[in-house]
Amino acid sequence: MDLFQIKKAPTVYDAVIVGSGAGGGMAAYMLTKAGAKVLLLEAGGYFDPADPKYITQLKWPYESPRRGASTTRPGGDFDAAWGGWDIEGEPYSSKPGAEFHWFRSRMLGGRTNHWGRISMRFGPDDFRRGSISGVGDDWPIGYDDLKPFYDRVDKLIGVFGSVENFPNEPDGIFLPPPKPRLHELMLKKAAKGIGVPVIPSRLSILTQPINKERGQCFYCHQCNRGCQAYADFSSSSVLCIPALKTGNLTLQNNAMVREVLTDQKTGLATGVSYVDTITMQEVSVQAKTVILGASTCESARLLLNSKSARFPNGLANSSGVVGKYLNDSTGASRSGFVPALMDRKRYNEDGVGGMHVFTPWWLDNKKLDFPRGYHIEYGGGMGMPGYGFGGGIEALNGKIPGRDGKMKPAGGYGAGLKDDVRRFYGAYIGMSGRGEPVPLESNYCEIDPNSVDKYGIPTLRFHYKWADAEIKQAKHMQDTFEEIIHAMGGIPMGNKPGPEQNYGLAPPGRIIHEVGAVRMGNDPNKSALNKFQQAHDVKNLFVVDAAPFVSQGDKNVTWTILASSMRTSEYIIDQVKAKSI
Amino acid sequence: MKRRDTLKALSFSSFGLAVGPVEEAVPEPKPKVVPPKLLAGRQKFEAERDTKLHGEKFFTPAELQTVTILSDIIIPADAKSGSASQAGVPAFIDFMMVDQPANQTPMRGGLRWLNTKCVNRYGAPFAKCTKAQQIDMVEQIAYPGKATPDMTQGVAFFTRMRNFVLGGFYTSKMGIDDLGYVGNVPNNWEGVPADVLKQYNLSYDEEKK
Repeated sequence: MDLFQIKKAPTVYDAVIVGSGAGGGMAAYMLTKAGAKVLLLEAGGYFDPADPKYITQLKWPYESPRRGASTTRPGGDFDAAWGGWDIEGEPYSSKPGAEFHWFRSRMLGGRTNHWGRISMRFGPDDFRRGSISGVGDDWPIGYDDLKPFYDRVDKLIGVFGSVENFPNEPDGIFLPPPKPRLHELMLKKAAKGIGVPVIPSRLSILTQPINKERGQCFYCHQCNRGCQAYADFSSSSVLCIPALKTGNLTLQNNAMVREVLTDQKTGLATGVSYVDTITMQEVSVQAKTVILGASTCESARLLLNSKSARFPNGLANSSGVVGKYLNDSTGASRSGFVPALMDRKRYNEDGVGGMHVFTPWWLDNKKLDFPRGYHIEYGGGMGMPGYGFGGGIEALNGKIPGRDGKMKPAGGYGAGLKDDVRRFYGAYIGMSGRGEPVPLESNYCEIDPNSVDKYGIPTLRFHYKWADAEIKQAKHMQDTFEEIIHAMGGIPMGNKPGPEQNYGLAPPGRIIHEVGAVRMGNDPNKSALNKFQQAHDVKNLFVVDAAPFVSQGDKNVTWTILASSMRTSEYIIDQVKAKSI
Repeated sequence: MKRRDTLKALSFSSFGLAVGPVEEAVPEPKPKVVPPKLLAGRQKFEAERDTKLHGEKFFTPAELQTVTILSDIIIPADAKSGSASQAGVPAFIDFMMVDQPANQTPMRGGLRWLNTKCVNRYGAPFAKCTKAQQIDMVEQIAYPGKATPDMTQGVAFFTRMRNFVLGGFYTSKMGIDDLGYVGNVPNNWEGVPADVLKQYNLSYDEEKK
């Protein structure tokens, strides 16, 4: 049987990297620039946001037969993520009474192709929440360890923002932020009045050119579609494609990695084996260093599936911690309608692909009944209509007086309805809280003893439940959202979610910020990796995605993945030079 | 005249031949479906699916006629823009039936509910009713807060219909122009126009404080 003949590639690479997202892409970039011969394995296909055959940017809703509906991809037809929470042939499961929704992008650059470009640094407190609050754990490193790398990532990739000297929100090396849109100015004024700060966003979008390879933002609001000008950060355009241009990178697409291979005598990693997802050929490749950047859960899965006589619990798992402390951001949302914004003058306010302002965490948890903070992201404006536009208007138009000042029954049809749509356009606002959970040992992924994917690779089974800390945080979010909407003179839409709905707290995994399943620490009995994201048990094995993170702050973690991967990559280069690995 | 009849008329009767059983057994040629122009960046399974769904129909001609009438009642032409059917909304709704089959039963069933009600009230299905009767019927189901208990299923159907029509119309070129959306083009964002800032009594200077 040819299929089961494992093809063994003769080349021994300096490093093999699994996954081409933020972490894997940065490692590929750093190592190839340093002259290493690197093999980058990506489970999905090739993707270049500038190649017309992939470009959905600047397309109109009617260019999709379903007007961009999310029938086949969660972000809709124009979204650049190939994959989603459900992928044919790649199942996962949850233990009864628990749930986790696992989003995967199978493509060069992974989830960085469609993400929100929110690029915040962790603050000094985010590395030591355990000692500050008495719950959770500290990191083995602090802000000072990562600061130089954050600085370099800012310069290499580009991020806009403003110097604010805000507590625990370190300023970076910023490009100018775009001016707030109208609803954002109104939000800022209203929020300020009730003591909620609103400051310019920090997004990795080029409001000024930073080099000759990448263009400048042209304000189409569509970063989630990928940018043909490379004016935002995607690992595909900003890291992987430049790494390919060094001539030192071999990119293998459609390579689903099965396991990390080890030498049973030395206990070192020798490479990986993968399935070619097109031909179904099994391949093994050799490398002096193995770097996992497959995503939090996928890296944990790979380690747990890399069992051998020497590593019976899976690789890098003598502590038994791999899979545990999995944690996603909390998330809750509310929308509102602002009558003052009705009948607006029309102009182009698309702006960048995201909000121009946001609210960083502004309160002291010691005075609250939950231990961690959150930030608030804002939406609104006269955006391009998409699938579902105008839906649910019957929930609003009975509450708003008509042009004649009279109330009318909700719902309706005809010319009056058409006029309602015109009047209401651009008068909606939305807000979403994104918060830090307390990582728990009881929230974990493990190998499902009864299931494999279509490649025959054992799949993950999740056990994840929100605790009281997160539910109380969501309640606080909802209270704050209503206060802000009221302060703007707005009408909150829908019903305020109550305790029976966990205050609108999104199920685990829905925010797609999961971290922590291969945590780092100084104690090899309690952690899988050391402070350089190097396996305690296997010195030539590293993890460079968000799996090593002890916690995730109330910040989105991509910038920290990039800084950490850069730091680990330099450590690898130093270790190789010192002949330590 | 059906296509097959036309063929008969052209090919056989013009040669003076009777139509034999062999010809009768020849199936009507399927209309040739032009492959759709696919959106860029489709994954393989999406491209295959979009190609397969292209040209598939769900509604019967009678159903489509009713959907079209309802669409134009919900979004009629006015001084500013055309009607839902002029913007191609019925065809979009039909596509959504095959794209998301969960819509099929509530839509087909809802149309059936509507016709049954119309036959009971006016003696004819919706499409055959007079314009005044159609509006009288729609008045019973267009306002969720006012509907009588015997109309609630109709309200649910009409709400679904309204959502589809609004979504379809305002994502068409005609609807986008009607709204006055002027984005989706490369530009340089320089902030809210001065006259708008003034209108709302806001300023960027104040914002800096």
